[in-house]
Amino acid sequence: MRTSTQRPPAPSNAQGTIKRIMLQGRYETLGMLSNGEQLIVAAVLPMLALIGLVLTDLLSDVADSAVNAATPGVLALCVVSTAFTGQGIATGFDRRYGVLRFLSTTPLGRTGLIYGKVIAVLTVLFLQVVVIGGLAAFMGWRPAPAGIPAAIVLLILGATAFTALGLLVAGTVRPEATLAITNLAWVLLAATGGILFPSTRAPDYLQPFVDLLPSAALGDSLRAALISGTTSVSGILILLAWTIIAGFAATRWFKWN
Amino acid sequence: MSPSLVIEDLLKDFGPVPALDGRMVRVLHGISLTAHAGTVTTLLGSNGAGKSTTLGCAQGLLKTNGGSVRLLGEDPFGASPALRSRVGVMLQDGGLPPSLRPIPLLEHVASMYERPADINSLIERLGINEFSTTSIRRLSGGQKQRVALAAALAGNPEVIFLDEPSAGLDPQSRQVVFDLIGELREAGLCIVLTTHLMEDAQRLSDYVYIIDDGRNVAQGTVAELTAHAANESPAQAVTFSATAAMALPVLPEHLQLIESKPGHYRFDGVRSAADLAALTGWWSSEGILPNSLTMQPRTLEDVFLEIADKGNHAN
Repeated sequence: MRTSTQRPPAPSNAQGTIKRIMLQGRYETLGMLSNGEQLIVAAVLPMLALIGLVLTDLLSDVADSAVNAATPGVLALCVVSTAFTGQGIATGFDRRYGVLRFLSTTPLGRTGLIYGKVIAVLTVLFLQVVVIGGLAAFMGWRPAPAGIPAAIVLLILGATAFTALGLLVAGTVRPEATLAITNLAWVLLAATGGILFPSTRAPDYLQPFVDLLPSAALGDSLRAALISGTTSVSGILILLAWTIIAGFAATRWFKWN
Repeated sequence: MSPSLVIEDLLKDFGPVPALDGRMVRVLHGISLTAHAGTVTTLLGSNGAGKSTTLGCAQGLLKTNGGSVRLLGEDPFGASPALRSRVGVMLQDGGLPPSLRPIPLLEHVASMYERPADINSLIERLGINEFSTTSIRRLSGGQKQRVALAAALAGNPEVIFLDEPSAGLDPQSRQVVFDLIGELREAGLCIVLTTHLMEDAQRLSDYVYIIDDGRNVAQGTVAELTAHAANESPAQAVTFSATAAMALPVLPEHLQLIESKPGHYRFDGVRSAADLAALTGWWSSEGILPNSLTMQPRTLEDVFLEIADKGNHAN
């Protein structure tokens, strides 16, 4: 109900907090998009992976067309690129330069910094999905409509899990080591961790371990959703578990200084 | 008016240190200090004395291991955005993102505050326009310092922490920064800064805390610290050099002889003509004519060296 007072409502603390987080998210997004190396990992390499998988015959047994088989895995690769590798490296160097300490003394605070990063990761991931999805559609990609809601949930959950893992690495080792670890992990997970290729391709003795990786949970579940329209509950649970474990570990061991 | 910052018996441990079998190392052993609005309070000490760690605890960046910190009446660790909006921080290593240019950074920092300062006037005042198109990565140390100071002031704070504000500044920028600190003080800000430069402490401070090895070792106004006692005339230091070997003098008790390096001597606490006559009488009896001779009021540096000297004797 409106009252008759003329006073404009004072911005509440919650409004101020949300405004700061959105501004920080925009700032971090622009930072990611203006970084050449990050754009290569976020856009160029996934595009090359998509084109390479469509032109070769590596995934012929996975779906009825090469592009339908390849695109879900490339979207999973985008998640690892942005949430884990790109975000982890940026955070590692921000920590080195004292940027995290300085910004945490402003009203934004530590919590605001983290939420700002999550917003930036989700924004960049959205742009990646538009670009990769557009390119794939041009090449004839037709995702299963029934699986699209599950795919959106999986992309967001995957981004959260890999952001937590990226923060855990960035907050505990030197930035040079973060650079090496997250890039190496990107290559290994893409090739053998269930991202681009189904985890069933792994040797039998490795299968149980690969299935528990967040990369396999994300890649296989996205393929299930977008190729056959099915929702993988186990995949969602594995990603949730990784989010909780990595989030807890990052909260516990992240060094701000 | 209640003080803006009160620190009592602050303890801080770092570690575990692998080289010490994973033990913790205590770096602050009970620091206490108080800072008021409209004053410049300085933490003076050599590198590694615990100045930045003390500031880190006061800013809420570090969790304390004992004692208490009250910043504007609140515990700064995990403080509310409302408290952080009243406090500005300039870190020793700047804390600035290298890829950004200064003005977009300052605008972003200002956008975090409800009532930000006028960024343009800060930019003009600190001469940031001269290099505003250069990314922070390519700025000189002194230019980075000026951007970091502007960033600390962007939120129009009541309390400002400046960790080594004059490091890397050329004489001209130093003057600009010192004048600005003076104006902020006049405007009623509580300014807490650290320095290892005696000259800066002497020029800027209303109140000085000398810190060594994580402990308070002396405190007071510059005048109090440089005088032996308030009711006596300011003590002078006489320094001289001589080549001849000398027998130890018999002198009034309050005149201390320090041999700063071979052949260079300093007497502290020369307060009267009689003190000086005792010195010249000693030279006369020894047949010594000093090679050089100066006489000057005690500086903070003298106080600091005395304290360091005592510390070395104690070890």
